Amino acid sequence: MKTYLPSILLVTLIAAPTLVFAQVKADNATTVMTKSFKERGQAKLDRLNQDKAMAACTEYATKPMPSKVAAAITAENLAAIPFPKDGNYLGDWKAGERIAQSGVGKQFSDNPANPSGGNCYACHQLSPQELSYGTIGASLYQFGKNRAYSPEIAKYAYGKIYNSQAYLACSNMPRFGHNQILTEAQIKDLVALLMNPESPVNK
Amino acid sequence: MKPANVAAASLNRQAQLIASVMFLIIGFALSTASHAQTTKVAAAVAKAKQDAAPPKSIDPTLREIEKYREALADGNPADLWEARGEDLWKQKRGPNKVSLEQCDLGLGEGVVKGVYASLPKYFADTDKVEDLETRLVTCMVLLQGFTYEQAKKAPFGSADNRSTMEALVAYVTANSRGTKMRVALNHPKEKEAFEIGKKMFFHRGGSHDFSCATCHAQDNIRIRLQELPNLTKQAPAQRAYTSWPAYRVSQGELRTFQWRLFDCFRQQRFPELDFTSQGSVALTMYLARNANDGVLTAPSIKR
Amino acid sequence: MSDPMRIRAQIMGGAVDVRVLMAHEMETGQRKDAAGKTVPAWFIQNVSATHNGKIILSAQWGPAVSKNPFLSFRFTGGKVGEKVIVTWVDNKGDKRTDEVAIA
Repeated sequence: MKTYLPSILLVTLIAAPTLVFAQVKADNATTVMTKSFKERGQAKLDRLNQDKAMAACTEYATKPMPSKVAAAITAENLAAIPFPKDGNYLGDWKAGERIAQSGVGKQFSDNPANPSGGNCYACHQLSPQELSYGTIGASLYQFGKNRAYSPEIAKYAYGKIYNSQAYLACSNMPRFGHNQILTEAQIKDLVALLMNPESPVNK
Repeated sequence: MKPANVAAASLNRQAQLIASVMFLIIGFALSTASHAQTTKVAAAVAKAKQDAAPPKSIDPTLREIEKYREALADGNPADLWEARGEDLWKQKRGPNKVSLEQCDLGLGEGVVKGVYASLPKYFADTDKVEDLETRLVTCMVLLQGFTYEQAKKAPFGSADNRSTMEALVAYVTANSRGTKMRVALNHPKEKEAFEIGKKMFFHRGGSHDFSCATCHAQDNIRIRLQELPNLTKQAPAQRAYTSWPAYRVSQGELRTFQWRLFDCFRQQRFPELDFTSQGSVALTMYLARNANDGVLTAPSIKR
Repeated sequence: MSDPMRIRAQIMGGAVDVRVLMAHEMETGQRKDAAGKTVPAWFIQNVSATHNGKIILSAQWGPAVSKNPFLSFRFTGGKVGEKVIVTWVDNKGDKRTDEVAIA
């Protein structure tokens, strides 16, 4: 053991700065990242900014998030949802289906004058006729039917689409209302797609 | 041949017979060896393609899509870019009227074979970590005399506007087919690039709160009908990384890894990833390193 | 000046297996560019292949054939070293001929 000690010390002395070096340098990742993008079309460099929720979700991306941090995210985001003043959450489900199918909006290749879509089928199953659906999110087939078309669920659906962080900290789902991707009317159309008994989602 | 004939003539008949048989055996062995080498590469590529197919237990929808991919596999138009790239590599271009044949892509000046498997790596002449496209830009500037602006111009081609870069990338990567990925993290800047790339991978932002991880850090998910490899895990990372660059049928063009990152960020609602920027190379470093030991099948063909 | 075709011709299972990759935009004439203007039709209309002076394949193509078309066909009677010559002509009158020796 005694004969190995000098070697161990030597190896540690050499290795330590390398490890520390890597950590220190990784903190300038934000600087490097910002320098590596340029604005184009409607996508300005502020797209790289993070609010409190996204900064926390990035920090805890590869390790468990403390429940206190998660609770703070959901509370803050729930408080920020402006639910419709008239208490009506259902719009036109046919318009909702078109919004769910459309993937345009907010890309630097998109015309900012045109309305955005929700791109719901990218991640979710909805109408059974649409076979081309993603599995990043849960299937929403028979969403309303399975919940007895409850008005409380309609409000929840509105809130979830408006700001998913309000219900699940670090959800992968975009905050369609909070980040001004969709309008109140568009979100109501999507709620109708989910909650109207006549919608193909519930057939 | 002459010394052998003289030797055979001076021996008795039995020795002549033995000598002839020996030459036959050696000749056969040599030709078998070189044939074996080519067969070895082909076998490695075939195995890699088989490994690249999603496991049979996965989603029946994906299995059907695999059949479509198999049908597409022959007659990959990437060959056309590879042919054009070989011409561009050998052509005297730029103010210095020099070819790229002295370019050092990481395994020595002019060495093209197998280079893609060890990129990105640190290069002393620029004191930077460079991926293939960055290195080609460097050579265009340092050898051929182009400006950085000229070398980086219009890297992603279209029908009316052909890309020199895409053709060169096709040529170079075709010469690495069958090679195993072996990205090293020796130099401090290589380690730094990996760490920065990893941070970028998990950075959530943009109007949609997306990071690379939103789509690429889970098993067995797909967006619409496109399966999404979990790039934080070795096996899916190997399958994904080793298939780029690729002829993208929907684009009608051969697309490189820099393009793949650029187009991901566009769809993530981020601003434009600057071509061969330090961040783009760092992210490539993170993903390429995760793919180590994967066998390169690029340039491949994709939807 | 169009890009060369990539042609392979190999003896396989008693016949010659020919595979041709052609470089051509194959515009249908129905696409619109970013400005909204129709991109004019530009596609290969005729393909022919000959061997020993004999036509072994003759094809008439239309806009349904996709960009950078891949053609594969087989014929009998070819021997190693003999040439297979492939020609295409497009709707603008451009043509291209390339050849390969049977391997």
